Amino acid sequence: MSEDKNKKNASERSSKDEDALRVSEILGILAKIAGSLEKGIVELYNIDISLDEVELKVPLQTLETLPIPIAITPPPKVVTEAKPEIQAGVAVAKAVEVVGRKIVELMSLAFEEPMMKFTGKVVEVKLGATKSEGGTRDKVIVLGGHELPPYYYLTGYKPPHPPAFGGDVFDMKIGLPRAVRVVFGDALDNPEEWARVWVNKFGAEAIDLHLISTDPTIKDASPEEAVRNVDRVLQVIKVPIIVGGSGNPEKDVVVFNKVVEVFPSEGLVINSLNLDMDLEKVCPNIAKTNTVVIDFSPMSVEKAEEINRKVYTWIPRDRIMLDLNIGGIGYGTEYGFTAMERARLGALLGNELLQHPFNVGAANAWGAREAWITMDPYWGPKEIRGPLWETLTCIICLLAGADYFMMLHPLSVKVIKSLREYLFSEPKPSNPEKALNWLSAKIPVV
Amino acid sequence: MPWRPPAPLDVYQLLPKTNCGKCGEPNCMAFAVKLVNLEAKIEQCPPIVEEETYRENLVKLRELLLPPVREVILRSPQKVLKIGGEYVLYRHELRYMNPTAIAIDIDDSMDRDTILKRIGMIEKFEYEYVGQKLKLDLIAIRSVTNDPKQFAKTVQIVSENSSLPLILCSLNPPVIEAGLNVLTQNYRPLIYAATKDNWREMAELAKRFEAVLAIASPGDLNMLVSLAKTVSEGYGIEDLVLDPGTLVGSNGLSYTLKAFTWLRYKAAYDLWKYVGYPLIGAPISAWTSIEGDITDKMWWEAVLATMLMTRYADVLIMHSLEGWVLLPQVMWRFGLYTDPRKPVAVPHGVREIGKPTDMSPVLVTTNYALTYSIVVSDLEKSRVNTWLIVIDSEGLAVDVSVAAKKFTGDKVLEVIKSAKLDEKVKHRVLIIPGKAARVSGDIEDATGWKVIVGPMDSSEISKFLEKIWTSEKLKELTQT
Repeated sequence: MSEDKNKKNASERSSKDEDALRVSEILGILAKIAGSLEKGIVELYNIDISLDEVELKVPLQTLETLPIPIAITPPPKVVTEAKPEIQAGVAVAKAVEVVGRKIVELMSLAFEEPMMKFTGKVVEVKLGATKSEGGTRDKVIVLGGHELPPYYYLTGYKPPHPPAFGGDVFDMKIGLPRAVRVVFGDALDNPEEWARVWVNKFGAEAIDLHLISTDPTIKDASPEEAVRNVDRVLQVIKVPIIVGGSGNPEKDVVVFNKVVEVFPSEGLVINSLNLDMDLEKVCPNIAKTNTVVIDFSPMSVEKAEEINRKVYTWIPRDRIMLDLNIGGIGYGTEYGFTAMERARLGALLGNELLQHPFNVGAANAWGAREAWITMDPYWGPKEIRGPLWETLTCIICLLAGADYFMMLHPLSVKVIKSLREYLFSEPKPSNPEKALNWLSAKIPVV
Repeated sequence: MPWRPPAPLDVYQLLPKTNCGKCGEPNCMAFAVKLVNLEAKIEQCPPIVEEETYRENLVKLRELLLPPVREVILRSPQKVLKIGGEYVLYRHELRYMNPTAIAIDIDDSMDRDTILKRIGMIEKFEYEYVGQKLKLDLIAIRSVTNDPKQFAKTVQIVSENSSLPLILCSLNPPVIEAGLNVLTQNYRPLIYAATKDNWREMAELAKRFEAVLAIASPGDLNMLVSLAKTVSEGYGIEDLVLDPGTLVGSNGLSYTLKAFTWLRYKAAYDLWKYVGYPLIGAPISAWTSIEGDITDKMWWEAVLATMLMTRYADVLIMHSLEGWVLLPQVMWRFGLYTDPRKPVAVPHGVREIGKPTDMSPVLVTTNYALTYSIVVSDLEKSRVNTWLIVIDSEGLAVDVSVAAKKFTGDKVLEVIKSAKLDEKVKHRVLIIPGKAARVSGDIEDATGWKVIVGPMDSSEISKFLEKIWTSEKLKELTQT
């Protein structure tokens, strides 16, 4: 019984509300029309008005001045001010409108910030080693330590370590995009100079030295030669160094073994270990030093777990980074992006096999043909497209939680460093209303 | 707790259960499975939509499959655009549904010629990528003059010369009203925007014109959700779009990223209805907040667009019409919105790379879009003229398709025959991917062509061809 009554009441109430709403709408429209009459301007587009029972109340005074009392046709004249009777009508309508509208008041609601529970933590990994740690670096970089997904800005949580950006250097001349050649010029001829320009002029925070000359199908440079190249770069710059192999699994084992043997205490980073390599032939030697490794598992979270599990046999977890690979925009970025999102979430949910900072080979962005080919002039010069492609690919990875970026173009580094500054500032805009300035601004058309 | 799809059986109970097959599935249960996987839409079942007896079930089904982020429809007489309709926060949890719509602005201080030129560029924007045409979606008309007549005039010009749905941008209700007045009934524009100062007037306009309403509350999420509640419950306006404000620079960009993330998190994980609406971002604000030359502004507009698209924006308002600003956006959008459960495929057949002759090499690859793109890119880079056979591997990469027996001699033969490649080239030599070495015998048997196993990675192709594709080697090959 009482339930029925409630229902009835509820439906009565809602139909009353609806009526009130409808009335307020009509009054609102009337007020608008009256308001326009007041200004003496009425422009209606595509509107049919049908009226029945229109009652016109005309003051006597006006009637007296008219020759025929019934036909009210005042001579046309320029309206400078609304007639008193209309002004009165407007006042009434406006008063009614206010009354009618009162039924919709702002319903205040508080936005409660997301509550998240994560139990896992990404390990902290240190790149480079200072004098006191047995190395020769002036600066080291610490990455990782995350306990929440990236850029969630939950109150009370400060991400422990911001991402870092390193510059790519190759140990021999290779085909590089024009946009890169133009910026570095002659410095490309030797790795030391290239590294020096990166750090001193373009603010690279680490150097990624790629020893591609060791590739058996390229120059097959000896491990001794590789070591000499690492040494030359270690001498000229004092930031951490990431030492990359040629990608040949057999040769890389030999080269990496030699490099860590000669520089056991520099906190070098080995780029990279993968499942095609004979891990037991290289990991034990790495383990004896303070070298960090990057485990490479292209776009596969499952294989990432597999290689990490193997590498744990020899190397402590806090000396392992993870690279899930990335393709430039249009060439598989979404696979790497999603793999990173999945891996990071898994890590925070407690999967220890995935609790490692991410490395990103951002230079892969240049593999996108749109980054380097000459296109129809509408698409702009490749000198802009290239670095932009690299920058945007980095940003996508950044949002997925990437920690270290190996980059090819100084402009990308410059932009992403200011972006980092913005993203790591307190999320409290001083003039939020400025967000709407674009609405009415005159913006140049190019 | 994130959104979970209903059980297929619950959906099946509401379907006609006649197994009529009009949806293209063998039976209603199969259709139910597709529905819960979001691989089919209810509208693909004609009986349930058309027949009176199922009316109640249809309502229930729609409720069961309602996304946490409302799907909102914008319209022009020629085009329908869906925004929102999202189910998940992370792409890997299911998939993202309606790609972020990109709007380009036109303002009411522009002269007619400028407007027409801009419309032309917006409409003509197109980039062909893995067999798709990537395009722009909307025009946002801004009131710079704040003059209703001028705004109405501009809206009129745009609607007469463009096929795209519209966003009408002003905080001044009479300006918006003037714009709405010149649009025909077939339009369903987005009004941008109701704020804490004008929401009553804007809500009335949205109601009267049945338009979609954006709510903007820069820097104040409490006000944003209060307005969403008030407008949806007080006025019965359900089609809303939310803007927490697009800010750049220190303290601004971090806020914007936080706000977009919090809003979508609360919608997708807490299923909170007051934030369950599409989100709109304004990379155009780079033009009013970034100091520097025009290239800097464009560069930051591109950065903002990519960030906001990645972090959940369903609509973006932009100003640059520069190809280099927009190209990475439409390409990233394409990737982000592909179904991560399904590999993307390109049409199979024969492609000409450069200007191949009857003695150019013939290469074989799969129709997995990523493999295909990379191979084509590598071939173009190396500037060798080649024929490329793209087999129908059902969207699988080379190694996977070999393992799944989709990379077979019959598939290669099928393409050679249908493209009449045997009439176009004189030699009978195929170069297959290194990863397909296992099936070289099968391909030789099926096609009768000599098979050479190529490099493991397509980046090695040019080097490989230099060695292998010489007249002496060819003679050797064709003789044996």
